[in-house]
Amino acid sequence: MYYSQHLSCICMPHAVLLQPKRSWSSSHSNAGKRLGHCTQVPRNVNLEKLRSGYLFPEISKRESEHMQKNPHASLLRLGIGDTTEPIPDIITLAMVEHVRGLSTILGYRGYGAEQGNMALRKAIAEKLYQDMGIKADEIFVSDGAQCDISRLQMLLGPNVTVAVQDPSFPAYIDSSVIVGRAGELEEETGKYENIIYMNCGPENNFFPDLSTTPRTDIIFFCSPNNPTGHAASRQQLKQLVAFAKANGSIIIYDSAYAAYITDESPKSIFEIPGAKEVAIEISSFSKFAGFTGVRLGWSVVPKELLYSNGFPVIKDFNRIVCTCFNGASNIAQAGGLACLSTDGYQALRNVIDYYMENANIIVDAFSSLGSNVYGGTNAPYIWAHFPGLSSWNVFSEILEKTNIVTVPGRGFGPGGEQYIRVSSFGQRERIIEASRRIKKFLR
Amino acid sequence: MSLMSNLSTSMTSSSSSAFLAPTSFNSRTQRVSVPVKSFKICKCVSTPLEQQQTDYKTKVPRNSNIAKLQAGYLFPEVARRRAAHLLKYPNAQVISLGIGDTTEPIPDVITSAMAKRSQALSTLEGYSGYGAEQGEKALRAALASTFYSNLGIEEDDIFVSDGAKCDIGRLQVVFGSNVTMAVQDPSYPAYVDSSVIMGQTGQFQKDVEKYANIEYMRCTPENGFFPDLSTVARTDIIFFCSPNNPTGAAATREQLTQLVQFAKDNGSIIVYDSAYAIYMSDDSPRSIFEIPGAKEVAIETASFSKYAGFTGVRLGWTVVPKQLLFSDGFPVAKDFNRIVCTCFNGASNIAQAGGLACLLPEGLEAMQEVIGFYKENTKIIVGAFNSLGFKVYGGQNAPYVWVHFPGQNSWDVFSEILEKTHIVTTPGSGFGPGGEGFIRVSAFGHRENVLEACRRFQQLYN
Repeated sequence: MYYSQHLSCICMPHAVLLQPKRSWSSSHSNAGKRLGHCTQVPRNVNLEKLRSGYLFPEISKRESEHMQKNPHASLLRLGIGDTTEPIPDIITLAMVEHVRGLSTILGYRGYGAEQGNMALRKAIAEKLYQDMGIKADEIFVSDGAQCDISRLQMLLGPNVTVAVQDPSFPAYIDSSVIVGRAGELEEETGKYENIIYMNCGPENNFFPDLSTTPRTDIIFFCSPNNPTGHAASRQQLKQLVAFAKANGSIIIYDSAYAAYITDESPKSIFEIPGAKEVAIEISSFSKFAGFTGVRLGWSVVPKELLYSNGFPVIKDFNRIVCTCFNGASNIAQAGGLACLSTDGYQALRNVIDYYMENANIIVDAFSSLGSNVYGGTNAPYIWAHFPGLSSWNVFSEILEKTNIVTVPGRGFGPGGEQYIRVSSFGQRERIIEASRRIKKFLR
Repeated sequence: MSLMSNLSTSMTSSSSSAFLAPTSFNSRTQRVSVPVKSFKICKCVSTPLEQQQTDYKTKVPRNSNIAKLQAGYLFPEVARRRAAHLLKYPNAQVISLGIGDTTEPIPDVITSAMAKRSQALSTLEGYSGYGAEQGEKALRAALASTFYSNLGIEEDDIFVSDGAKCDIGRLQVVFGSNVTMAVQDPSYPAYVDSSVIMGQTGQFQKDVEKYANIEYMRCTPENGFFPDLSTVARTDIIFFCSPNNPTGAAATREQLTQLVQFAKDNGSIIVYDSAYAIYMSDDSPRSIFEIPGAKEVAIETASFSKYAGFTGVRLGWTVVPKQLLFSDGFPVAKDFNRIVCTCFNGASNIAQAGGLACLLPEGLEAMQEVIGFYKENTKIIVGAFNSLGFKVYGGQNAPYVWVHFPGQNSWDVFSEILEKTHIVTTPGSGFGPGGEGFIRVSAFGHRENVLEACRRFQQLYN
């Protein structure tokens, strides 16, 4: 019985081709283990549809391999958008104080509200959604936007259709595949058959032509955009909201980089009238406060947002949050509250300005040599165009020749082909060094 | 205005959402162009649903799986009742022995480590950003050596998380909607609820209080709280919790050997919840992996919540052995890893620093002291109910006391206890139809409160 099951594994080319051989062999050195007992539990067919690992662990893998081959190389990491600067004291002090409190009778806290501490929810509403009519009880504190995206997918279920920008943050597509909405991957186009890809490029000012976009139930929209760096204008967002309203769609608006906006672009979808009836907004303290490891974020689900049968989306989201989650760490939440204090916020602005100065330097490096480069003004990402070239090849070449890790645009969808994303998190000297190496590479 | 409050009240009563206070409806009335007229129209309408028909609706269908859920999640319901009780009796000294929430401070040796890590985040050398989604290496290694040494579980079989409840949700995402599952009855509600949400079940059947397509494995005093596996239908997944929440029963080595064999014969996967293993007083197995062959049939989930008082700090872990394979030979751990990388971004690094401190000798010792305190609470509560002539179960290997109220509706008993003694407990039927006729009393609490609670029980039942 076990032998035939082993055979069926080999005889299913489908299963074998889908997995990157590298990761199989690296974590399962003893192939003989496969001759053991197989359960009779069928593998989730949706997971089979994912072609490879999630994008960013793949980048890490390539990074490690490069380091193994070149142990003395001075690697510069401008790939995964990971913050590098220390968190301002005022914020970590609040976390320390809270932590010490946990060792005292008065300060000890057990389970918190799954939706988050009311004080933090209020602070988010007041500081970030002032005058937009968003109330504290429409805010759900979480352990980050990536986690919220999946919880929202669980909420919406497999029977809704979805549109994403192309290119986009890979979690929107991957989580849609996991939940069973994507259909098969079409090899030639690199697109999942049931997902609508809204192309965003310099030719359309990084905003999709909505007149040619089919209706879907859900529209993922990220602004400022990861990876292109484009911040949608008020005019564009008005169009988007009107489109959603006309189609009865729900926008899931990812505003994780709103704090990086330097011009007048809207920081929240709820700055647009009518958005509360058509949009959910997700956001994060990761890039805002350097909380990539601390883990804190939030979602806004307005009470006005209703399903087709009139049932409020917020009630079901609350049910998901209460059933599949148990609240963000109370320590992270204490930090979050300090982030939103006047002094905390100012201190964070200084760090954000630092990263944006980095972005300027990198933009310069590209544009000074005539490269077409986008982003870098409203987001910590630079989107560099390499016309006619495969982005994974450019990624490899840059890594080989300059020891700089970037992210190939193709990782964000077929619309990212021919582009490289360079993130601007890093210590100033390293950014300057990167700038030198980029200029040399481009000459 | 009153119609608006009626609307919000009716919305509140059908879910656990006590937070839906009628606050923002003012803005809604302002958007109505002819307020007086539409109010008149509204007044003619008697049901809230018709009120909602005048508001904009998207065309997005509600997820029919979530619609199958009968009420809010159990514990927010209990919290809601507690809050309502406090409104009624604002001066009552309510004692909470309902939600199993830890109450004692976390030992210094553990919080110092977290303070240190927090401080370090403000320094160049100490700052860290994204961590490995599977958890920090040192913590994974410490978990392996502390709890799984000699069981053949390795560091990379362990995935650190923000808690067992979240892991259960993620495991369900791995399994998908086309698997069948079995649960103990009664059981921790997250197993059933997450299964419904994932679309693995049919509708709720009111007459039997069960969801169609779930196999409920009855666990009662008569069968020693271990199901008669000869009567259990095959399912893909079997959720099993030991020491058990809510019954407190710890499965014996013999019983778990049967369970593993059952899973092996049926090609099933056991999801073994060991969140209370550290509360064991006898030598029942603490990990499913103590049973030979378990690595090919089981996943184990665990948590620092009840171990270290981390209910608010958020830290847990799941073990997915490399040997666990789907029917096509594909390793379950690979799919779990993919979910962890895509739907999660790692547990908080500060919480992980705390976890590591928990597993140092001083940390383990300190944790045992607090656990010993809760175990003493449990003894006191068991003693109180015993002396009142109740049939009492659990309390030996878990911080839960499972008290039998034969022939009585458990929500009624819950309400009576709350009303007459201001003590919050948890009604057994909240854990499934097999919990009817029982009340779960949790033993977390300050000693004075536990003693006072027992005094009040004496008064009520004497």
